[in-house]
Amino acid sequence: MIDKSLGYRTFTVVNIAFLALLSLACILPMIHILAVAFSGKAAANANLVDFWPVDFTIDAFRKTFENRNFVNAMAISTIRTLLGTFIFLVLLLVTSYPLSKEQRSFKGRSLYIWYFVFTMLFSGGLVPSYMLMIKLGLNNSIWALVLPGAVDVFSLILMLNFFRAIPKELEEASLIDGANHFTTLWRVYFPLSLPAIATLALFTMVGHWNSWFDGMIYNTKAENYPLATLLQTIIVQQDFSKITMDPRALEDISNRTVKAAQIFIGALPILLVYPFLQKYFVKGVIMGAVKE
Amino acid sequence: MKKATYEPKIGWNWRRNWQLHAMMVPAVIAVFIFAYLPMAGVIMAFQDFKPWLGIGGSPWVGFNNFHKLFGQQDSVQVIWNTVVISAWKIVAGLVVPFLFALLLNEVRKAAFKRTVQTLVYLPHFLSWVILGGILIDMLSVDGGMINRLLYNLFGIDPIFFLGDGNWFRFTIVVSHVWKEFGFSTIVFLATLAGINPTLYEAALVDGANRWKQTLHITVPAMIPITIVVGTLALGGILNAGFDQIFNLYNSMVYEKGDIIDTYVYRTALVQGNLGFGTAVGLFKSIIGMFLIVTAYRMAYVWANYRIF
Repeated sequence: MIDKSLGYRTFTVVNIAFLALLSLACILPMIHILAVAFSGKAAANANLVDFWPVDFTIDAFRKTFENRNFVNAMAISTIRTLLGTFIFLVLLLVTSYPLSKEQRSFKGRSLYIWYFVFTMLFSGGLVPSYMLMIKLGLNNSIWALVLPGAVDVFSLILMLNFFRAIPKELEEASLIDGANHFTTLWRVYFPLSLPAIATLALFTMVGHWNSWFDGMIYNTKAENYPLATLLQTIIVQQDFSKITMDPRALEDISNRTVKAAQIFIGALPILLVYPFLQKYFVKGVIMGAVKE
Repeated sequence: MKKATYEPKIGWNWRRNWQLHAMMVPAVIAVFIFAYLPMAGVIMAFQDFKPWLGIGGSPWVGFNNFHKLFGQQDSVQVIWNTVVISAWKIVAGLVVPFLFALLLNEVRKAAFKRTVQTLVYLPHFLSWVILGGILIDMLSVDGGMINRLLYNLFGIDPIFFLGDGNWFRFTIVVSHVWKEFGFSTIVFLATLAGINPTLYEAALVDGANRWKQTLHITVPAMIPITIVVGTLALGGILNAGFDQIFNLYNSMVYEKGDIIDTYVYRTALVQGNLGFGTAVGLFKSIIGMFLIVTAYRMAYVWANYRIF
């Protein structure tokens, strides 16, 4: 079935070259920033660095890790990611299990579904959410970062669709053997859905690690900033006023190579989980999109 | 021997189902607090809201905040910016993955295909804080890599990508497509993988070359999913990408680059105009809800797509 004509062979060569260029374009910016991070200060400031470090040094990384604010923000981001993902997964599983039942056997199902789906259609917006958080007194605490996103309706729909694909006979057998719904969920549904759970867990972890806006508006103290928020403030906004430190450290963080190192470290966890993520998500995403 | 049967009884069936209801409780409470309570908070849109007076004590101003929204030149401009930037993103975000999927589909070497896919999906997973930091560095006028490249290759003078309104919009759309085209391709590739190979064999027997096959088999097979993705994207046309714009813009490009979400952030949380900010947010939510419902309905009618 493969076309062997000259025209098609020419096309194939051009096509492969084009696709290779396009893929390079997706990672070259990351390679560039890495090269800057490993370069000497003078070379970087003189714009001599492209994709390979000039005057190789790890000075920028050393300075980054000497910065207490930065290390502290990394710790906050790590805790946030783990705690947030755990809460998300527990809520996701216990909620999507009942919702995957037929309306016939679980009266109230469609009521619950609409209760959740409506939040996808309409929201109070930024200001009421912000005011609520202040009213609840959750600002300046990690709960402001993990609780609002704890129920993600889109993930819920993916998960309940996945649960539905599990044969009903398994649930029946388990209930007849005397298990209750909690045991059935934990012993039967949970192990069978690990690929879907892994996908959603990894997506959530990436989301928490990358999330910066909530950290910015709900924290009045820069010591509570997660890493993404700290990076946003010092690299993108270039606003150092919120961060207390001595002038020498201030000079360090406005240094181009140090900025590059910080950007790279901020992206590093994503780059590390990415290979695992990649293995799962294509299947997971398509699985969720295709209905029986 | 008597066969054991499990028959779900009709009715609420508390004795068997209380556990299912119990499982719903935490999420129902969380959603009530973090999604439904803020919905009640939109009454601030009809007040001159002062935090120290609270919702109970702030003076009512009727539709004043909305009159301001449609009466001020900058807020009308912001709505326009949102729609324009979003529309460009939707069109480019549909065309590029579509073509990219077609090209990738012609590659026969599985290893090459996998490598390409791995590389192009990556930017999707990095945040706009990281990418914003990289882009600001690369696009800078004095010696940014892109400007150096343009000068060395074509002799083009440095372009102020992030400081000139028109270039800013262009940069926003291109960088959005750059970040997302790979990931958006997944759904098209899944569709391509689902095409029955016998169709191609039949076409080959009929004398169709690869180009004709693409034109008459591949492209028509991708139309329904393209319609679904496009319509659903229309539902989000008022979301022009807060994260991206916020991390790339500056006061020089407010006129062409400010969108509803960044405007709400600045007027409400930076300038403290909470009632007005809520009104703008409410306007966006209501139009947004109407658009999403319409989009889902159209996706259902045109392509038989249902969310659950």
